[in-house]
Amino acid sequence: MSTGVLDPARVGQGSGDDTGPLAVRTDGLTKRFRSGQVAVDDLALRVPRGAVYGFLGPNGSGKTTTIRMLLGLVRPTGGQAWLLDQPMPDAGAAVLPRVGALVEGPAFHPYLSGRANLDRLAAVDATADPRTAARRRDEALERVGLGAAAEKRFRQYSLGMKQRLGLAAALLQPRELLVLDEPTNGLDPQGTREVRHLVRELADAGTTVLVSSHLLAEIEQVCTHVGIMSRGHLVLQGARSVLAERGQARVSVTTTTGHVGAAARVLRGLGLEEPVVDGLRLDAPVDGLAPEDVSAALVRADVPVVGFEVRRPSLEQVFVELTGEGFDVAR
Amino acid sequence: MSHAETMVGAPVQVRGAFGRLLRSELRLQLGRRRNLVLLAGLAAVPLLLGLVLFLTRDTDLAGQGPGFVGKVTENGIFLVVASIFVCLPFLLPLTIGIASGDAVAGEASAGTLRYLLVVPVARTRLLVVKALAALAFAGSAVLAIAVVGLVAGAAFFGLHDVVLLSGDTVPLGVGAVRIAGVVAYVALSMTGLVAVGLFYSTLTEVPVGAMAATVVTAIVSGVLDTLPALSAIHPWLLTHHWLDFAEFLRIEPDWQVVAGGLGVQAAWVAVFSALAWARFTTADVSS
Repeated sequence: MSTGVLDPARVGQGSGDDTGPLAVRTDGLTKRFRSGQVAVDDLALRVPRGAVYGFLGPNGSGKTTTIRMLLGLVRPTGGQAWLLDQPMPDAGAAVLPRVGALVEGPAFHPYLSGRANLDRLAAVDATADPRTAARRRDEALERVGLGAAAEKRFRQYSLGMKQRLGLAAALLQPRELLVLDEPTNGLDPQGTREVRHLVRELADAGTTVLVSSHLLAEIEQVCTHVGIMSRGHLVLQGARSVLAERGQARVSVTTTTGHVGAAARVLRGLGLEEPVVDGLRLDAPVDGLAPEDVSAALVRADVPVVGFEVRRPSLEQVFVELTGEGFDVAR
Repeated sequence: MSHAETMVGAPVQVRGAFGRLLRSELRLQLGRRRNLVLLAGLAAVPLLLGLVLFLTRDTDLAGQGPGFVGKVTENGIFLVVASIFVCLPFLLPLTIGIASGDAVAGEASAGTLRYLLVVPVARTRLLVVKALAALAFAGSAVLAIAVVGLVAGAAFFGLHDVVLLSGDTVPLGVGAVRIAGVVAYVALSMTGLVAVGLFYSTLTEVPVGAMAATVVTAIVSGVLDTLPALSAIHPWLLTHHWLDFAEFLRIEPDWQVVAGGLGVQAAWVAVFSALAWARFTTADVSS
């Protein structure tokens, strides 16, 4: 990884995330497998209540292991985790009914229909009112667009339908927190849009959503907050704007013949890195400087400016910069 | 759409939750096609055995065969005992091994285990329900043999007063109670194997592995039981007392033998349930 690992606790500050109530919090959360492999290392997750928290990172970066620890499926080897202010896994019985989850893809009994599978989950939920079970089940199916396919066996569902049934299961009860692990996996663009719409709708109703993805573009638009995982570490966390600001902006100045040297001197004089000169164009990162200060300085120095451009890297570029290239699995 | 604000405090458990969980599990296990096929397979044994004995009843072969098989042509009620006797070495352990080995590992391999646990269902409670369903299936397996054996036996050979192993004859009603005792004893003798299967089932995400290990355990126990060199451990073997159901067919059953056989099963149940619990309540669910 080219960039230095940021201290996530420090990154979280500044955006004010540590001060409000949190839906998910972990301190020093660590999972070392018996093989010695450290899947998650010293994680300090801060998911504010009401946020849509995009939990991003390449495949194998530790997102799913983190989610499994949050839900009490996997025991951490270090650190602590709280869901809705209650310690996990100890308070699981009290807190998990308020949490809907989709973990590492949907999983249901293949020989049962979608409806029968939801009935099974409703029947095993000690806190669910059996009198309203049928209504809640049908509503959940309608909500994810599976009303017409409810009677089909799960085995016959397409990948997208399976994913939808998983979402329906998470929505069987009203939830305060939804933990959705790769909810757009296997969905076509239309399905992905629908999931985003659903997430936004739930968030508008006050539900906190922790949504993981290895594809930034799929969830970027709905997130209010982001956390980026790489090789078991949280390399960046905070409000979505933090991610945008992470990327270094560059200015590109085009001047006229004979003024390239003067322009370069101005840029150097502002304390910028040595500009890259390409013909009449100079290119430099604007480290901690407002771009308008750069243009003003050029004008003051009587450098003719025929072109002035400020470029910020896309979120995708920042993401790739933080996590390494997109296609290689982290380990 | 403002449900998030209206929910305060921890959700409370609705009354009858355990019953709903248990019913759901029983419906799932006893309604599953694979399990129904297994039960049908066991039920076919008395039918086939009865048919063979019926067709050969007037030949030189009549009245021959191991154990209770020779007595069936005289009295149809013995088809129940003969069928159980035939199924006991392999078919019953196989059926029960499949059902109990699948209990937890099947859910793990399908991935449904993680969704049960995040509903949430407490791990101990889930294990208890899985055990009860596996026991219910084991009972159904023995009962399937017995009921079909009784009906087929009555149809082929009729039901008569029962001649016990000691040569005494008791009325049909008393004899039927004795046969019921045999069925109950055999069903209870399966509990140890169910517990073993349940434990194996918590060790793996591969149900076939747990099933095979359970069946192999029963078979190895049977083999060890035949080695005189190991006679010291014979009384503690899982399968050693299975054939003690014959006590119910004596004029004076030796209740100490019956209690001893059930006691050994209880010991196996205690040990392997504890192991299954210790494993399942601490294991990482990463399937």
